[in-house]
Amino acid sequence: MSTAAAVLLMLAVAFYAIFGGADFGAGFWDLTAGGPERGRRPREVIEHSIGPVWEANHVWLIFVFVVLWTCFPEAYASIMLTLFVPLTIAALGIVLRGASFAFRKAVTQVRDKRLFGGTFAISSVLVPYCFGAVAGGIASGRVPAGGRSGDPWTSWMNPTSVVVGVLAVCVVAYVAAVLLTWDAGRLHDEKLVAYFRSRAVGAAVVTGVLAVVGLFVLRGDARYVFDGLTSRALPLVVLSALAGAGAFLLLRGKPRRGARVAALVASGALVLAWGLAQWDYLLPETLTVSQAAAPTGTITAVLLVAALAVLFIAPAFALLYTLDQKSLLPDEGVHDGPQQPTDLG
Amino acid sequence: MQTIGDLSSLVPLQVNPVPWARAQMAFTLAFHIILVPLGVSWAAMTLIANYRAIRRHDVDSLRLAQRWSKYMAVTFAVGAVTGTVLSFEFGLLWPQFMGKWGEAFGIPFAFEGLFFFVEAVFISIYIFGWRRLKPWAHFWTGVPIPVAGILGSASVVAANAWMNSPQGVTLDSSGNVTEVDPVGVILNDAMPLMAAHMIIAAYLVGGFMIASVYAVGMLRGRMDRYHRLGFIISFTVAAVATPVQMGVGDGLARWVYTNQPTKFAAIEMVPQTSSDVPEVLFGRLSSSGQVEGGIAIPGLASWLSDPSTGRATVIQGLDSFPADGRPTISQVNIVHLCWDIMVGLGTLLFLFTLWYWASWIFRRNMPRSRWFLRAAAIAGPLSVVSMEAGWTLSEVGRQPWIVYNQMKVADAATTNTGVWLTFIAVTLLYAALGTTLILVLRAMSRRAQDRDRFEDSDTPYGPREPAEGPEVRTR
Repeated sequence: MSTAAAVLLMLAVAFYAIFGGADFGAGFWDLTAGGPERGRRPREVIEHSIGPVWEANHVWLIFVFVVLWTCFPEAYASIMLTLFVPLTIAALGIVLRGASFAFRKAVTQVRDKRLFGGTFAISSVLVPYCFGAVAGGIASGRVPAGGRSGDPWTSWMNPTSVVVGVLAVCVVAYVAAVLLTWDAGRLHDEKLVAYFRSRAVGAAVVTGVLAVVGLFVLRGDARYVFDGLTSRALPLVVLSALAGAGAFLLLRGKPRRGARVAALVASGALVLAWGLAQWDYLLPETLTVSQAAAPTGTITAVLLVAALAVLFIAPAFALLYTLDQKSLLPDEGVHDGPQQPTDLG
Repeated sequence: MQTIGDLSSLVPLQVNPVPWARAQMAFTLAFHIILVPLGVSWAAMTLIANYRAIRRHDVDSLRLAQRWSKYMAVTFAVGAVTGTVLSFEFGLLWPQFMGKWGEAFGIPFAFEGLFFFVEAVFISIYIFGWRRLKPWAHFWTGVPIPVAGILGSASVVAANAWMNSPQGVTLDSSGNVTEVDPVGVILNDAMPLMAAHMIIAAYLVGGFMIASVYAVGMLRGRMDRYHRLGFIISFTVAAVATPVQMGVGDGLARWVYTNQPTKFAAIEMVPQTSSDVPEVLFGRLSSSGQVEGGIAIPGLASWLSDPSTGRATVIQGLDSFPADGRPTISQVNIVHLCWDIMVGLGTLLFLFTLWYWASWIFRRNMPRSRWFLRAAAIAGPLSVVSMEAGWTLSEVGRQPWIVYNQMKVADAATTNTGVWLTFIAVTLLYAALGTTLILVLRAMSRRAQDRDRFEDSDTPYGPREPAEGPEVRTR
C-alpha cells in the first residue's frame, strides 16, 4: 500500500518536472532572448509553444503536495519546516509567474508586456532552482524525521542543493530548447530552428558537464543516493543520459517528433532515478516510506482519486487536443445566432 | 559554511510566529475567497447567457456569453495561483497540524484537486469551442465547469468542516491517528450545511458582484439591451440565491448551537449560561465579561436557537467552558460583530431583492428607478463584506482550536521566526496582484467595446495565436 503511494508521489513529481519544467525552461529562454526588438520573434514562438493549458501543469504540483501531506504527513511537516525559505520563494515565484503570464496575454502595450514578461521570465528561473535545492536538501539527508525542523539555512545552501538546483534550471532549459526547436520547425521558421537548436546544444553541454560534477558532489555529500544511483537506479540514469543525447542527435537536420519525446523521457527518467536511488527511504536514512505512511483508509482514498483522475481527465485532454488541431468554423461564432454581426460593437 | 551560519543573524527579529502565521493565512484566504464566487458561479451565468443565445437566436446574449467566458478565465487563472499558495501555506505555516492530521484533513483536498483539474481543462475546452464546435455541442462542453466548481468547493469546505467536526478518525491512547475512514472524514456532520452555505454564497456574491458592474454601466447612460441583459442574468441569480441562503444560514446557526456551543456563545455574546437570552445588536463584551451597549431584543436569541421551546431555550454561556478552551474576549467581540454584519447585510440584500421581484411581478420588468441601480451598484461590495464577515466569524469562533477540541492553533503553527517577513512580502504581492487584476479586466472590457467579433487569443486559456511571420503557415 505505502509503496503504491510512493510510486504515485514519484510519478506526480516526474510529471511536474516534465511538463511544468518545460514551461519553466521556456521562461528561461524568454529571459535570455534580449531586448524587445531582438527577442520579439523568439518570444512569439515561446508564447505560442507554452500552450493553451499552461495552468494544468500547476495541477501536478498541487497533486504532489496533496499526495505528500495526505499519505506521508510526518515527512511533509518535516520538509515544510526545514525548507521554509526556498519553498516560500518558490510559492511567491509561482504567483508572480502565473499571474504575469496571464496578464501579459491580456495587455496590449509594449511597456506592460515587458513588465509582465520580465516578471514571468525571472520567476521561471527562480522556481526550478528552489525546487532543485529542496530536492537536494532531501536527498542529502538534511531533513530530519518526526515533524522536526532541520537547519533552516544549510538544508538548502549546501553542495548538493546548489548543484541540483543549477542542474534543474539546466535540464528544464534543455528540454524547453528541444521543444522550441521542434515548434519553430513546425512553423517553418528555419532561422529560429537554428536559433533554438544552438541553444539546445549549449544547454546539453552544460547539463552534461554539470551532471558529471554533480555525481562527484553527491559522492561526498549524499552518499546513500549516490550509491543508489550507481546501483539499482543505474538503468534509469543510463536511460536518461541516452535519451538526452538521443534528443540532441534527432535535432540535427529536420527537427523530428522523436526529439521531443526523447527530451521528455530524459528529464522524467532523471527524477524517477532520484526516487529509486533513495528507496526505501522517504527522507534518506531517517524515515522509510513504510514508516511514514498514513493509515490504509487514507491511502485507498488517494489511490481511488488517482484512478478517477485518469478516467476523467484523459478523455478531456484528448478532446482539447482535437480542438486545438481542428480548423476554425466559418463565420467565427456568428453561427450561434442567425443575425450577422453588423449590429454589434 | 561560516558565512551561511551568519545568515540567520541577518533576520533581525526573532518574532513569535503564531500571530503572524494566523495573519498571513487569514489574509491570503480573505483574498482567495473573493475570487472563489467568480470561479464557481460565473460559468453558470455564462451558460445561462449561452443558452438564451442559442434558444432565442439572441446576438446580445451571445456577445455576453463570449465576453464573460474570457473574463472568467482571467479570474480563474488568478484564483488558481492564489489557491496554489494556500497549498504551500498549509505546510509552511501549520506543519504540526498537517503532520498530525494530514492523513484525514488531506483527503478532501485530493478530491478538490481532481475537480479543479476538470474545471481547468473544461474552461479551456469551452473557450476553444467558440469557434470550433457547433452551438449545442459547445454549450454542453461548458456544463462540466459549474458542476466541477460546485463539487470542488464542497470538497474544500468539507476539509474546513472537518476542523469544526473532526470525525472519521481513530486515535490511540497518546492521541495519534491510527485509522482513517475517508467517507466519515468527508461527510462529517458539519459538512452538508457548511458546504451548502458556501456554494450558495458563491452564487449570491458572484451574482451581485457582476450585477454591480452593469449597474454602474447603466448609471453612466449605457442603457442598451446588452447591459440590461448582463444585469438581469446576474442579478436574477443573486436574487434567487439570497432567500435560499437565509434559510440555509438559519439551519447552520442552529447546527452550531447544538454542536459547537463555544462558537455559539461567542456569536450571541452570552457570558453566562441562561434561558431567555436577548439578541443583542452590536454592543460589546467588556474586559470583565459583561455585555455593554447595543440594542437588546428580549428573548430573541433563545427563541431563534430553538423555536419549539421558545424563550425558555437555554444557551450555554462562555462561563461553562475553561478559559483556555474558548475564544478570548476580544475574539468574542470580533465574532459577534461579524455576525451582526453578516446577518445585517444579508437581510438588507434580501429586502433589496424583494424590490426586484415585486417589480417583475407587478410591472413585468426590472425596476426603472435610478435609486435601484445605485443600490445595485453597492450591493456587490456589500455582499463581499457579508461573505468575509461570515467566514471570519466561522474561523475566529473556532478559536483557540484548529481542530475542534483536539488541537490548538498555537500548537499547530510553524516554529520559523521569520514568518513576519513572509507576511509582509505576501501582503505586498497580493496588493499588487489585486490591483493589476482589476486594471487588466477593465482594459479587456474597454477593448471588447471596440471590437465586433470574438477573438480568443488574449485569454490565458485561449488557443495559441497563429504566430505571425513571413514563413508561417496558418492552420
